[in-house]
Amino acid sequence: MIKASLRRRFAVALNMVCALLLAVAPATAADKTDPEADRKALQAFFFAKFPSVAKDEFGNGPYAVNEGMRKQWKTIMEFPPYEIALDEGRAEWDKPFANGKHYADCFDNKGEGVRQTYPRFIAETGQVETLEGAINRCLVENGEKPLDPMTGMMASLTAVMAESSRGKPFAIAIPDDPRALAAYERGKEFFYTRKGQLGVSCASCHMSPAGERMRGDILAPALGLLAAMPIYRSDWGSMGTSIRRISTCSSQTRSVPLKADDEEYRNLEYFLSYMSNGISIVGPGTRP
Amino acid sequence: MIRAVFLATGLAMLSLPALAATQAEAEAALAAALAAEAEAVAAKAAWTSTESALTKAKKTLADGNWDEAKAVADEALTQAKLSIEQANEQKTSWRNAVFR
Repeated sequence: MIKASLRRRFAVALNMVCALLLAVAPATAADKTDPEADRKALQAFFFAKFPSVAKDEFGNGPYAVNEGMRKQWKTIMEFPPYEIALDEGRAEWDKPFANGKHYADCFDNKGEGVRQTYPRFIAETGQVETLEGAINRCLVENGEKPLDPMTGMMASLTAVMAESSRGKPFAIAIPDDPRALAAYERGKEFFYTRKGQLGVSCASCHMSPAGERMRGDILAPALGLLAAMPIYRSDWGSMGTSIRRISTCSSQTRSVPLKADDEEYRNLEYFLSYMSNGISIVGPGTRP
Repeated sequence: MIRAVFLATGLAMLSLPALAATQAEAEAALAAALAAEAEAVAAKAAWTSTESALTKAKKTLADGNWDEAKAVADEALTQAKLSIEQANEQKTSWRNAVFR
């Protein structure tokens, strides 16, 4: 009799503990920062959503997921509109600074085939550095003036670097440093945070609705979103870097864009690029 | 009848000052909107629509159109407050949107 009562009480207590664990566990697991789990989930989502799109096609954004746009793009690519920027960038890349050094002296492997490793977390500053930030740091450290990180010569130089990385998959590293993990998490927060008068987040357009039409545009998937950067965008009539595109997105949601080198934008690029690890660089690219 | 006309006229006269904004009221409304917008900018939560309303409020104030200046500044204040509210609400609720 006593044994049965004890067993009952034990069973009730066990049930209560299990219920408590079930209630708490999903919240803590979901909130834990796990970039690799995030990446796998996001990529699995897009591979399932677009089963006929080859993995490396995701870098081509709307052209990968819309047949009509793909046909137009193929025609455009007979004379790629970024060629002029590439020529300009190559000439600038080879030109020595006043101190005799070159851009190539600032990068691993002389800047050849390294674009897929940017943005990087820099331990000395405890912050994320974009490719544009690295180029400007190179200029300043060599006594030169920094460039506008959004367009012009900066886009031409990053086009040259992107071209040398074509076919190389994104390989963004998150070092074993809590500050790097925090930067990633802040980037993820930016991606999912609703902003602007329209109250939309990056995810509102580039996750589930990817491939759908928003007015005249086909929404690009978040996977591979930055793989074609920098881009010649017909709407701009000129070249632009990742940060120019992100800044334009901010305006499109009626959110006041942040400064081009704002930490939040750099963290966002870090998150987005990490999500695309394994997706090949296809830049420079074109967009409508 | 005459009494009713006098009453209506009197009421109309009493309500006029309430409808027309003074320069001081328009300036105060603009100052309040600018302060709220500064707070939104500091929180990196500002809306372009607020900035457009502020630009219009400043212009109409400079043109001496106190009524419109106050109305547009009040609208800017509302939007600035909403943008701050949005940022505060999203500080935690963004997690609900995370794809898993």
